[in-house]
Amino acid sequence: MRNVIKFISRRRSWSLPYVLFMAVFIVVPLVLIMLYAFQAKGGGFSLENFERFINQPEAANTFIYSIGIALITTLICLVLGYPAAYILSRLKPSNASLVVMLFILPMWINVLVRTLATVALFDFLTLPLGEGALIFGMVYNFLPFMIYPIYNVLQKMDHSLIEAAEDLGATPRQVFTRVVLPLSVPGIVSGIMMVFMPTISTFAISELLTMNNIKLFGTTIQENINNGMWHYGAALSLIMLVIIGITSLFSDSSSEEGANEGGLL
Amino acid sequence: MKKVFSTTYLIALLVMLYAPIVIIAIFSFTESKVLGNWTGFSTELYESLFSGGVNSSLVDAIKNTFVIALVAATASTALGTVAAIGINDLRYRKRRVVNFVNNIPILNPDIITGISLFLLFISLGVTQGYTTVILAHITFCTPYVVLSVMPRLTQMNPNIYEAALDLGATPLQAIRRVIIPEIRPGMISGFILAFTLSIDDFAVTIFTNGTDGLETLSTYIYADARKGGLTPELRALSTIILVVVLVLLIVVNYRARRQARRAEALHDEANFKKQARR
Repeated sequence: MRNVIKFISRRRSWSLPYVLFMAVFIVVPLVLIMLYAFQAKGGGFSLENFERFINQPEAANTFIYSIGIALITTLICLVLGYPAAYILSRLKPSNASLVVMLFILPMWINVLVRTLATVALFDFLTLPLGEGALIFGMVYNFLPFMIYPIYNVLQKMDHSLIEAAEDLGATPRQVFTRVVLPLSVPGIVSGIMMVFMPTISTFAISELLTMNNIKLFGTTIQENINNGMWHYGAALSLIMLVIIGITSLFSDSSSEEGANEGGLL
Repeated sequence: MKKVFSTTYLIALLVMLYAPIVIIAIFSFTESKVLGNWTGFSTELYESLFSGGVNSSLVDAIKNTFVIALVAATASTALGTVAAIGINDLRYRKRRVVNFVNNIPILNPDIITGISLFLLFISLGVTQGYTTVILAHITFCTPYVVLSVMPRLTQMNPNIYEAALDLGATPLQAIRRVIIPEIRPGMISGFILAFTLSIDDFAVTIFTNGTDGLETLSTYIYADARKGGLTPELRALSTIILVVVLVLLIVVNYRARRQARRAEALHDEANFKKQARR
């Protein structure tokens, strides 16, 4: 009994319930994805699922197409979002918080409702649904994720650095390219991550915005799982995990603290 | 000139962001089944939303969404807070490992989290339903609670806890009376974050809600949209949610502004006095 009390009294043992929880609900499920991915339907180790992915042009093409769409979306978000973040960071703090709030507010509406509203907007303007609508919908959904981290970094930036550069004779353009832009790299990196990762894995948004005409990789995974093709679905998930892993390694090496500071909320 | 340009740019972006939402809000005041078809002003959708005129599966979905969010947010706040207190006391290497695993659900796309949990539940032979959805939501909410409580703990002066022990408090008393009050703001923001994440979730829920027809708002809307249209009452519901959140944010913002102004006034006064003394 005394041992139990002693055990509970040590703060480090308080991490135990969560460590066990994580083992069961985070680590084991990921291991299961791997086990399923390397297993044929009947059981036993096999590379069948990956061979199927490579030999089946449809899935592989969807995969490449999805990466392309995610890259385009991320690029558009960056091009649209950076100036917005920059302008926001230059506003008076009291006004800025209000405008930033306006940018975040739409995210409180369910993603699917917003997506359906985008569909309605395209109908209203008699624009066709398809690739254009898909990219618009993605940018619309994920733009705030790009603006917020960049804004965060720009706002915390030491403004005396800009003044110093100006005093030393830098033109406004030089101030931007030599001082502001390099200092905002952590924000840009975490913005890119926060847009690229969810766009590459969405599934419902693309179905709704293209009337099911364009399939993204997420949809392919979901369809396989829904149709009972768990092993193949797990293999596709593993491929996506690898991509995500590579992306996050890349961003980790370029800015460790940026990703932590830039997080939403 | 520059200022005009930047203001115009911000306004243009906001117009783009809000155009779809404004359409929903406008068309929440007409009865038409199809979004985009104006059939005259009416508050019918709001009335039927509150009078229970909507089909019962939507009402169930709304209820489920809130029950799941409430249970999941409460459980993950408790689990995450206890965990954060423990993790903070771990040695460096162990702490790194735990933090790394804690970050996995945050970095993982929802679809992967959903599928991995789906595979877990079928491997264990668990029937999926309420319990599995709640467990899944706790899984992806708790890391955020840990992340919002942790900074409070690391910023805390460790000597305060030791002092409490020296003054005769038992470790549990010290945690309850000394640590918890310090980290309460982190717990509250963690809870709010967990609640909103749970309400908004779609991808994890759809893989863990089983085949017994358990629907949350997200999965209901998805099924609805696939059938070819949004239940009209959802336009009213979305508008209400938007207005409530807007009002809440404005109140919070207004209070923060007033505090900032007060701080500024104090600061100015101090400066003034300093100068006068010179």
